[in-house]
Order: sequence, then C-alpha cells, then structure tokens
Amino acid sequence: MKTKYDVIVVGGGHAGCEAAAASARCGAATLLVTHKISTIGEMSCNPAIGGLGKGHLVREVDALDGLMARVIDKAGIQFRMLNLSKGPAVRGPRAQADRDLYRTYMLEALRQTANLELKEAAGEGLLFNDEKVSGVVLADGSTLEAGAVVLTTGTFLNGVMFVGHETSIGGRIGDISCAGITPYLKSKGLKLGRLKTGTPARLDGNTINWNVLEKQSGDANPQPFSFLTEQVTNPQIDCGITYTNEKTHEIIRANFERCALFSGLITGKGPRYCPSIEDKLVRFADRTTHQIFLEPEGYHTNVVYPNGISTSLPADVQDAFIHTMKGLENVEILRYAYAIEYDYVDPQELNHCLGVKKIPALYLAGQINGTTGYEEAGAQGLVAGVNAALYAGGGNKEFFVDRSQGYIGVMIDDLITKGVDEPYRMFTSRSEYRLVLRADNADARLTELGHQIGCVGENRYNVFKSKINKIKEFDNYASETFASYADVDALGIAVKHNGKKTLKDIMGYPNVSRETMIKLDSKINEVEPAIYEQVEIDAKYAGYLKREYEDIALFKRDENMKIREDIDYSKIGGLSTEMVQRFERVRPKTIGEALRITGVTPAAVTALLGYIKNA
Amino acid sequence: MDNKTIYALSTVFGKSGVAIFRVSGNAAFEVFAKMTTLPAEKIVARQMYFTPLLDSVSRETLDHCMAVGFRAPHSFTGEDTVEIHCHGSKAVIKSVIKALSELPNYRLAEAGEFSRRAFYNGKMDLTEADGLADLIDAETAIQQKTALQQMGGTLLQRYDSWRNALVEILSYVEAYIDFPDEDIPQDVVENIENGVFKTAETIREHLQGNHINERLRDGFRVVIAGPANAGKSSLINAIVKRNVAIVSDIAGTTRDVIDAYVDIKGYPVVFSDTAGLRDAADEIEKIGISLAKEKIAESDFKIFIFDAATDGPEIFADYIKSGEDYVLVANKIDKLSADVKQQLISKNCLLISAKHNENVDALVDRIYNHFNDLYLKANGGLITRQRYREALLECLENLDRFNLQKDIALAAEDIRLACRAIGKITGRVEVDEILDKIFGSFCIGK
Repeated sequence: MKTKYDVIVVGGGHAGCEAAAASARCGAATLLVTHKISTIGEMSCNPAIGGLGKGHLVREVDALDGLMARVIDKAGIQFRMLNLSKGPAVRGPRAQADRDLYRTYMLEALRQTANLELKEAAGEGLLFNDEKVSGVVLADGSTLEAGAVVLTTGTFLNGVMFVGHETSIGGRIGDISCAGITPYLKSKGLKLGRLKTGTPARLDGNTINWNVLEKQSGDANPQPFSFLTEQVTNPQIDCGITYTNEKTHEIIRANFERCALFSGLITGKGPRYCPSIEDKLVRFADRTTHQIFLEPEGYHTNVVYPNGISTSLPADVQDAFIHTMKGLENVEILRYAYAIEYDYVDPQELNHCLGVKKIPALYLAGQINGTTGYEEAGAQGLVAGVNAALYAGGGNKEFFVDRSQGYIGVMIDDLITKGVDEPYRMFTSRSEYRLVLRADNADARLTELGHQIGCVGENRYNVFKSKINKIKEFDNYASETFASYADVDALGIAVKHNGKKTLKDIMGYPNVSRETMIKLDSKINEVEPAIYEQVEIDAKYAGYLKREYEDIALFKRDENMKIREDIDYSKIGGLSTEMVQRFERVRPKTIGEALRITGVTPAAVTALLGYIKNA
Repeated sequence: MDNKTIYALSTVFGKSGVAIFRVSGNAAFEVFAKMTTLPAEKIVARQMYFTPLLDSVSRETLDHCMAVGFRAPHSFTGEDTVEIHCHGSKAVIKSVIKALSELPNYRLAEAGEFSRRAFYNGKMDLTEADGLADLIDAETAIQQKTALQQMGGTLLQRYDSWRNALVEILSYVEAYIDFPDEDIPQDVVENIENGVFKTAETIREHLQGNHINERLRDGFRVVIAGPANAGKSSLINAIVKRNVAIVSDIAGTTRDVIDAYVDIKGYPVVFSDTAGLRDAADEIEKIGISLAKEKIAESDFKIFIFDAATDGPEIFADYIKSGEDYVLVANKIDKLSADVKQQLISKNCLLISAKHNENVDALVDRIYNHFNDLYLKANGGLITRQRYREALLECLENLDRFNLQKDIALAAEDIRLACRAIGKITGRVEVDEILDKIFGSFCIGK
C-alpha cells in the first residue's frame, strides 16, 4: 500500500463516503481511512434517507454524481414522496433502508470508484508542514502523507455515551471514540464545542403485536432518488404506528431526575426538532399522546427502529415505559436507547469550500461541523471532497454552491456565517428561494456546474443533457401551440376567453393534469411524465418563479460585491468593537455574506459597504 | 465617503441672529487649536466656551462665538464633533467657511452627509433616518411632533410588531410543510387564517388612516372652487393676508391654479385658487377649468364659494359627493338682507365677506377642525414617507393573495414576501439603493 496520496479522508460515515468518492471522481488519488471497513455507510440512527429538505439534499448530491441516491434506490424498502398533496416545491423523497443492504451497496459503490483505496485504521492525529496539513498519523504511530485531508469524524471526537447516569466512552455502541484529533485542532486556535444527539432503543419485531397496529405503507408508485435510476424494483414493506399514552408519560415523568439530560450530566445542546421523549413531555406538556413509527430495519432482520422515543433514561425506565404502548406490551428490547455527546468545530472557522480558514489543506464535513443527519453529512462530504481534490491538484479552482443554486449552498452558508448552537438540520424553510430549489430540478441546477468542476462523469452528463433538451423541446412546443377554446371548454376547464392561450398557459391552471392535457393534445402522450412535470411546474408557478428569479438577481448583486481578504475591520469608522469582532470571526468574502452574519446590524454592513466603496 | 473632516453651516444662510457651524470627523477638535484662543489640550467635551473666533491662517479675529466639542461616539454623527455658534451675518458666515476650508483634511459636507455618517456609525436605523429628514424639513409644530415620534422609533416598533406576527404565522405554515407526518390541529389552521386576516386589516387601516401623515409633511390640500368672480382670489388673499393672485372684477382673471402655503395653527395647508367653474370659450380658460376640476377631485378639503347676491349653493350639486370634506361659503354678504342671510344659514352655508375680512376666521376654524379631527383619528400610526406606503401596500397585496386552499408552498411564499416587504422599511434588503434615496433628499449640512 502506498504511503502518499493526494487526498486522505478520515471517517467512513456518510460524509466520508461522499468525500472520498467525490475526491476520486475529480481524479485525485484518494484514501479513505476508517476504524472498520465493515461499518462503512452505517446508519447509526434512523434507517432512512431523505425527508423534507433532506431529500432535496440527496437529489443535489446525486446531481453532482454522488453516491447516496443510487445506494438508497437499491437498498430502500419503503419509498414515500412526502407532501405529495402539497405542491412540487415542498415535496421531498424519503425511503426507509435495509440497513445491511445500504452498507453493502455503499461499500460496493466505493470499491467500484477509480482512484479510491480503503484502509482499516484509526486516524489519531495530523501531520503538519509549517501551518499546512500534510498527512495523517494513525493509531499505530505510522504516518500517511497527503496533499489535503478531509476529517469526517462524526460523533467519534471524544464521544461519550449515556444511558441514564451510566456513561461510557465511544463514538457509537460497540465502537471506540477518537481522542487524538481534538488537541491538534485546539492547538491551532480553533473554537470547539460539545453537542449531543441520541438514538432510541431497538425492538425485536417478532415480539410486536402488529395485528393491533395501524399501518403506514409506501407509495404505490415508488419514485427513485437518483436521476439515473429508472425504476425502484425492491418490494415495499409496511411500518407500524403506535402512540404513547398517559401511563407512558407518568412513568417517564416519575423518572426525570434519572436521565442524563435533566440531571445536568450532558452539557452539549441537542436538536430541538428531534427531541428525546423526556424533552417532548416537558415542551409539549399539554399533549397526552405522541405518535411513534415502528420501522423494520430490513428484509431479513427482526430489528425494529421505534421512531420518536429516543431517550437518555436508564434501562429499567425504558423497559417500563415502552411496554405501556399498544402492540408493544410483550416486546423484547434488543438494545437500549442512549444519548451521545461529542466535540464539534465551530463552523464559523470554515469557508464556503469547507476548508478550515486557519489551517490550509484541511477540510471538515458532517457532524464535526455541528450538523446532524446522513444527508447533511453526505452533501458536505461531497463539497469537502471536491475541494480537497482541487487543492491537492494545485490549481486555484474552488467549488462551492451558492444559496440560489441549492440547499447545499444554503446549508454551508448558514453554517459558516451563523455558526450553530444546536445540531443543524436542513428544512425547506431555510431557503429563501424555495420555489426554485426543488427536489425535482436538482440536476438542472447543479449537474452542469459539477461537470465543469470535474465531479460529474460523462455518463450522467449525457443523461442530463438529453433530459434538458427534451424539456426545452416540449417547453417550446407547449409555448408555441395554441389551444382551441372549444376543446378547452369541452373538457370543462374554466378559462377566461381573453386573447389566445397556449398549451402551456392551460397547463398553468390549477387542477389541470397531464391526463387532461393529453385529451386536449394527444401528442402530449408521447412526453415522459418527468419532462411534462418540469414544464408544468414552470407554468403553474409562473408569476411566483419570475419574482424569485428577480430576487436571485439581487442576491447575486450582493454576492458580487467582494470584500478584500486583507481588510482591516478595526479601520472602518464607527464600527463598534462587537461588530468588528463579528466580522473578524467570519471574515466574509462578499457583502451578501456579511449581511447574513448573526448579530451583524444593517448599519454595520452599510458602514462596511461605504468603506469598501470609498477605500 | 472618505476620512476627511466635514463642515457645514447648519442654519439657513442669510441674515439671522445666530449661525451654527457643525464640524465632524477625526480632526474636528483642530478647530479649537486653529480658530480659537482656547487652550486646545484642555477642552472639556460637552462644555460651551466663549471665545474669539479666528481665521485659521491669518489668526485675525472674525467674530466672537460660543464653541462646544463632543467626543466620539457621543455625538450625533458618532464622530468627534465641534459646533461653532457665531453671529449670523453673511460676511461672518463667509469668512468662517473660508477659514474652515483652509484647515488640513477638511472639506465641505455633501448633502445629507452628517446623517449618513450617523447612520454608518450605528447611530440610527433607516426609519429613524427618515424621521430626521422630516424633522429638518419640519416647518410647523405638528410636523415636528410627528417627526420626533418617528425618530424615537414608535413607527419601527409598530412595523416590527406586524412583522413578528407574520413571522409567527409563517412558522406554523412552515411546520406544516416541514413535518408532514405531524398532524396540525384544525384550530391551528384557523389561527393561521385569522392571523393573516387580522394583520392585513390592521395594515389596511393604517394605510387608510395615514395619508394624513404624508399631508403633514407636504401640506393638506384645500381647493377653493366656484364660479368666476365669486371671490375666490379675494378669499385666498384674506386667508394668506398677502397678495398671491391677481384680483380684479373682470370675470375669468384667474386662469391658472395657484397655490398658497399657509400654516393653520400648526397644520401645513396648501390653498389652491382655481379658475372659475363655468363654460368658457377661451381655450386657455378651458384648460384652467379642467385643471380646477382635477384639483377638486384630488383635494383634502373643498371650499365651494359663490356670490350670494347672484347664486345659491345649488350650483355645486354636481360636485358634492358626500362626507364632510367641504364647506359651502356664501360670499359678499355685506350686500344681503337679514332674511336672505337666514335662508343661507339654514342651507348650511357659512357667510363671509372676503373683501371686508368678515367671518374669515370662522372659515379658518372650520378648516382647522376638519384636519385636527383627521389627525386625532389617525394618530395611532404614521406614514410620512412614500417608501413606507409602497412597502406596506406590497405587504398587503401578498397577504390578500394568501389562502390555505392553494399550494401550501405558494401560500407560504405569500407570507414570506409580506414579511420581506415590511423588512424593506427597516433596512434589511437592498440597503444601498434605499440609502441612496434617503440620503439624496437631505439638505447640505443637516
């Protein structure tokens, strides 16, 4: 095995996999170092990919030729398009995975990636050449050299697990933690903090009384994540639904002081949107019941993931409250829930490429940056991997996605300008251009960009080009062909008879479906549904989209007002010390970025603007 | 903006008792060293000094003045600032400007630059800056009061409270989108709809009640209308107490709409004298009449005046729509019998003689009461800038488009855009563009 690589990725989780694969796709000789090759692509918590915002991220990773979408298409056992009834901009694909299949296909995808090697070892330190990172130190003391390093250590940095008041050191049940990296980062002056997350107990599906439970089924027509997958072929399975009740809550309340969270053992902040069950009881004190989804972890396993009852209560309390729920009266608990607390780096230490500003050649992705979720991790991994490869390649090129191009851009921009005070998760509401940034058009937004930078292969690019041409062709046809009012009226579509109406105009009316349009013009029958959909959304959102594109133009204007890198904020007249510190911390590259920094006032940005315009 | 120290005359140029110069910037305190006989190093901030005022080069005495310094950031601009209070003769003012201009790194302030610097230095936000522009322009007591209120941020608080309400509503809608497996209770859906409706109504009321505040800035418009020779010009002259229109006995003398600006007990009022309303053959006069009709439609208050000796109030039947925004004035009452006068009074006419200045005060009171009532009714909020009005209209337009039956992404977009429209007022977006507009309307040295 070589001892010198262009890029070394430390960590084999969702960030690490995408980082390594993206770096290799860009042509960099890449090594992925992980504790255990057998846990590459492990879903440590929920056995599912996607959701609102998260599903958008997966589609964007796919548009940039990443792996997640293709892997979940093969490993998924229940596919649902969330918010299907609520309009295209807020639809998000979600799929439950067979945990074993997901790992298997992820490993297979990595092994099939050219320029990529895998190594089972523990990365315990960094090599430096002056201020620059130049490699990785392994637990056995050996060293590996690299042009750039990506750290994707997840919850493993000084990970401490809690079950009630019992604590143990580790990054995940059954895995050791990593204590070596933190001191290196601290010694370079990086600001670190602690965050916490948790995972619920796992149940034995053979002991659940499924017959008394409500079922949640997948979609009848499962839609794949990847733009390259034509069809989902896996059989779909059902989930069960149960509820907490008064008795459940009584038991939990009686034991509040025994959980790590309330007794103060855990100091790191947890995510507000994925609260532990004890958190829920405190925050929604008037609710007498909470919905719990029982999700099988695969085709050939009895393990069931109860979505909604993560906790840091001790084992005997978990035992007691779980058995109060319908269908779970006699359930066997295979593994108890635990909470985990870990080190993260304040993402304000990073730039848009996820490079550490104070340490050249070092990139960070995933939970180490204060995020939560496989999708958030994977998306960051991709950006970090591409940039590590570009850096190691010695050019001046950088790769980043801006807020108007994708949720990836929204996420990274939020992280580096605002920092985090709880694990960061993607929501569609985080984007100001939600109607443009849809899950269905991630390829149109990003594939060209990825191809230019080198992380999108020819196969995908050709598929993309062909799709875009078909959309253009149909759009032209629908925009240039006029509908006859007689036909329109005959179909019962309520349209005002003012001026000539094109097919696209008619498509824009609410409740006009593809089926109706086929009746109006049989040629539409030859248009693939996915192609039809793109033109339809364009028509139905027309006025709103126009406004959003105008907003994007304004946004780009602010982004184009560059701030010199060597700017001395203390020289700007009238900035308070606090504002100087906030600017210094982030050192924004553009006026737009400066405007988004937490706590920075418009007046301060105006002063900055005045300074750079007149300096 | 550069780093130079700026100066300007802050009072009106011309003969006045006192003229005040303001100097702001890093080198402001140089004034003490170069232009006074005071020991510059011992100057205490915020203390007035009486001193001879010297030319900065020749050291000859220009005047005797009071001078005071403020140290950054405790000044209007947030920079070191010095004020010189000297005598307001044109000769003194010119010599002081020359002396200041010769100090190193000094230059004359541009229009609005003191305020601009204050804004840059975090001394005021956009709504406060706007209020200041009005204060500087304020010519009447009531204008001053509104401007001061606005400076204090009452307007900002009000707009923020609406924005907060909308942001809260939006958060519910967003939750509905982002947590598809969570059930949103029916009462929450109703709260969303009610909340949007309520906020929209509040803004609508604010907008309707509030063109009054633009009037407070620009003046209420009162139009004086009536047949040729009814005495319109005499009336306006009686009100203004000076000649602004040509008065003669030949019908049709006034062909143009003429404006006169009057302060009525604190309210700024613009009186428009109009061409006589009658069928005219003369082309120029025709234009004058159509202008007059336009003015009547646009005005805030109408004075319908007629010659009581020849006409009656009936002649205005076509112009009187409804409401209380007019008064019927019977002019030339000195020629009438007591009986006729009594009849006119019973027809709600106000009896005056413009020529003999009889009862004109009663008319002025009537106008004052009308505007005072409007003001008292609308005093809850203040829209003194067209920019706010436009932003609020945009907000309202989006809220009116909102319903929960449509695509939820579009419904959420409606509220998002509404929030953003309000955000524009307080300077959250397109900062540069808005700033240019605001600061462009400032006068030099203020």
